[in-house]
Amino acid sequence: MSFLEVTNIGISFGGLRAVDDFCLHIEKGELYGLIGPNGAGKTTVFNLLTGVYKPDRGTIVLDGENLTGKSPIEINQHGMARTFQNIRLFHNLSVLDNVKVGLHNQIPYSALEGVLRLPRYRKAEREMDEKAEELLEVFDLQGEKDYLSSNLPYGKQRKLEIARALATNPKLLLLDEPAAGMNPNETEELMETIQLVRKRFDMTILLIEHDMKLVSGICEELTVLNFGSILAQGKTSQVLNNPDVITAYLGE
Amino acid sequence: MEKNKTKRVSGLARPAFRSKLITYVLAAGFFGVSALLVQAEVAGSLYEGLLIPMCCYIMMAVSLNLTVGILGELSLGHAGFMCVGAYVGAVFSIVTRTAIPSAWIRFPLALLLGGLTAALFGVVIGIPILRLRGDYLAIVTLAFGEIIRKLVENLYIAVDANGLHFSFAKAIDPLSMDLATKKDILNGPMAVSGIPRDTTLLLAVLFVMLTLFVVMNLIDSRSGRAIMAIRDNRIAAEATGISITKHKLIVFTVSAFFAGLAGVLYAHSSTLKSTQFDYNLSIQILVFVVLGGIGSTRGAMIATVILYALPELLRFLQDYRMLVYAIVLIVMMLLNNNARFHQLKQTLFQRKAKEETT
Amino acid sequence: MSFISFLISGISLGSIYALIALGYTMVYGIAKMLNFAHGDVIMVGGFVVFTAMSTMQQPVWLSILMGMVVCTVLGVTIEKIAYKPLRNASPLSVLITAIGVSYLLQNLALLIFGSSSQTFQSVVSLPPIRITETLVITGETIVTIITTVVIMVGLTLFINRTKPGQAMLAVSEDRGAAQLMGVNVNGTISLTFAIGSALAAVAGVLLCSMYPQINAYTGQMPGIKAFIAAVFGGIGSIPGAMIGGVLLGIIENLSRAYISSQLSDAIVFAVLILMLLIKPTGILGRKLNEKV
Repeated sequence: MSFLEVTNIGISFGGLRAVDDFCLHIEKGELYGLIGPNGAGKTTVFNLLTGVYKPDRGTIVLDGENLTGKSPIEINQHGMARTFQNIRLFHNLSVLDNVKVGLHNQIPYSALEGVLRLPRYRKAEREMDEKAEELLEVFDLQGEKDYLSSNLPYGKQRKLEIARALATNPKLLLLDEPAAGMNPNETEELMETIQLVRKRFDMTILLIEHDMKLVSGICEELTVLNFGSILAQGKTSQVLNNPDVITAYLGE
Repeated sequence: MEKNKTKRVSGLARPAFRSKLITYVLAAGFFGVSALLVQAEVAGSLYEGLLIPMCCYIMMAVSLNLTVGILGELSLGHAGFMCVGAYVGAVFSIVTRTAIPSAWIRFPLALLLGGLTAALFGVVIGIPILRLRGDYLAIVTLAFGEIIRKLVENLYIAVDANGLHFSFAKAIDPLSMDLATKKDILNGPMAVSGIPRDTTLLLAVLFVMLTLFVVMNLIDSRSGRAIMAIRDNRIAAEATGISITKHKLIVFTVSAFFAGLAGVLYAHSSTLKSTQFDYNLSIQILVFVVLGGIGSTRGAMIATVILYALPELLRFLQDYRMLVYAIVLIVMMLLNNNARFHQLKQTLFQRKAKEETT
Repeated sequence: MSFISFLISGISLGSIYALIALGYTMVYGIAKMLNFAHGDVIMVGGFVVFTAMSTMQQPVWLSILMGMVVCTVLGVTIEKIAYKPLRNASPLSVLITAIGVSYLLQNLALLIFGSSSQTFQSVVSLPPIRITETLVITGETIVTIITTVVIMVGLTLFINRTKPGQAMLAVSEDRGAAQLMGVNVNGTISLTFAIGSALAAVAGVLLCSMYPQINAYTGQMPGIKAFIAAVFGGIGSIPGAMIGGVLLGIIENLSRAYISSQLSDAIVFAVLILMLLIKPTGILGRKLNEKV
């Protein structure tokens, strides 16, 4: 059994089959890409995996635990963390606090302990600060830790979102178009960051991407989605040379 | 140990230690000076009479700000919680007045009972509206507030030698009671009389401090961050493993608890009538929160003092009070969402502008 | 027999709720906001007609027309000044502004007309119909029900058969897409406010004729209840507003008659809460998925 085992999941919206019979096997430590033309259902797959939508059929198993039909909160607590295509930061919180929200379930203390400022609160907050700053350093954000997150430039917001996801201590990290809206330099830098995250945290990563250069540069395996179904699946180099894939991307 | 960090984030995000200290000092200072002025007979009895209700309204505004400013949901039924606290506290005090003659014992019990019952109502109301957001949540809280008031308005309680008598929706049949020892406690929509005047200014101010302490510490803690995360982006908060249910309930319970306490204090300082706790009071408290800058505890406190005292002290404003409130609501919202106004604010406060640009 | 007369007066009251609910449901569908001030536009309509008839001694038809014109202008103006600048603001800001507008109208009316209720002279001069000794249907009841049915049919035809009506449907479906297809979104939203407010004036006149008095708070409770009716029937749906309004009117009147007149409001509110718990989308509403 693979680390992430997705079998035949699907969902329909008002008769339209947005995703159909989707299967995915990811091994631990792998960097896996999910590509496909616009509207192919990539983000819908992410929403199914993370519990935003409940699949009509099929199963999702992560590290031996069946996560099918669980809520987004439970799924996160079982080790899946994600970023969003349209960045979703806590925009009125500081950069540091965004990451500390990610640490919410990692270093707990009760609301009462917080209100009364008991020793446990102080210890936990100190620990959170250290851990959050450590994470921010990985993404070169430590200098901006006290800024409002909405004041960060675009590229840094994307990085902060990844840092926040990592703070929840996931087994599997899902990145939804991490390079969207970035210039080539920023994309380059992002590729390095993703590689670094993978090495440093020994992370399994599934990413959605449009940028072929990024995909072919870092992903080991790919799944190509077209009109909600799988078009091709396998090693990156093989998939990218698949004539069906080329047709889907470039047209007849 | 307090984190000694440079504070670049606006007060909305995270009241650090110094910011909280300023708030405490402002509250203590204002009421200290007010008490001195009253003592020295510089300020008149009119002003003195304002101070205790003002404390109650500050507690209301600070606790409502937790729902509106920190959780980001509009509650239009805050007066309902105050109503619960006021009536529970009042009934308790009237009933136990002879059994527990010492106010030192009786009043804390009344406060605790009133606060806890209001908190219980917060939970009871919080559970069904967990699934709701935005306009629906607002209208349901309004509905609950009105239901509470209507229920209280139809409640009849009297006491005689045989014990307590309850009746709902119709007056208690006098023939069922021992008329010699009969005493009405609640008489439907009539004003409640015979409540001991246990609330002193010092006590009210202490409770303002307690409210500030709990609410500000809650905001500046793990739970507060989670609540603000839900406000800023619910979907991202869920994906980060934050329980929406738990935190919404925390907010509704804490917020209702302090509204209940405010109700008990209020009931023990003036006359009590259910019509005081209608929808208009909820809106009035909302105006305080909005003028204070939604999300700012200190702002809610200052706005309450200004908006409550001003029309009372300047009598000619009295007739226009509600009109002013209405204009405050509209103008504040339009300015808050006006880009040019934000620019102007930044140029005016250069320091802040420097902080906010990266 | 008394049950039937309670039922009929409930349907009549419910028809007024339905008329008001139309304004809420159309604005909610198209501008995606709860126009809290809608109930107070009713009150304004009532006062304009009251002033025209009593103070200025104008005929009934002209007074009602004046009421409709003033409310239409008022509704469009409110939208332009208070809501339009907030089109991209948070729902919280919009709702608070709407509450502010509601308060503003109430307190202006309070300053102009004073706090005591004025006697409103009914605009209906039809004699009541006596079916049996105890079952009497008043002229107001008949006029209210017929007016509401005519307006419902007219509005449905307008939306389904005319170009501006189709534009309204398009904007409520997807504002961005409608704009791209060349629909004048701002104009459509203004039109929606105009129609809703004109109907509010009619509802105001009927309401004040049925309970022949008027004061600054006349619109507040009926407004909130009509919104409940709109939620009840399924927000955004015009037949839903009709069904929700009539049902709510019946529930209110029967509970006033058989349970307690003191508690009828509380019962209406409890019905709303139950409805939202059991079926948050209302009777005819549809589920909206949030885009992630």
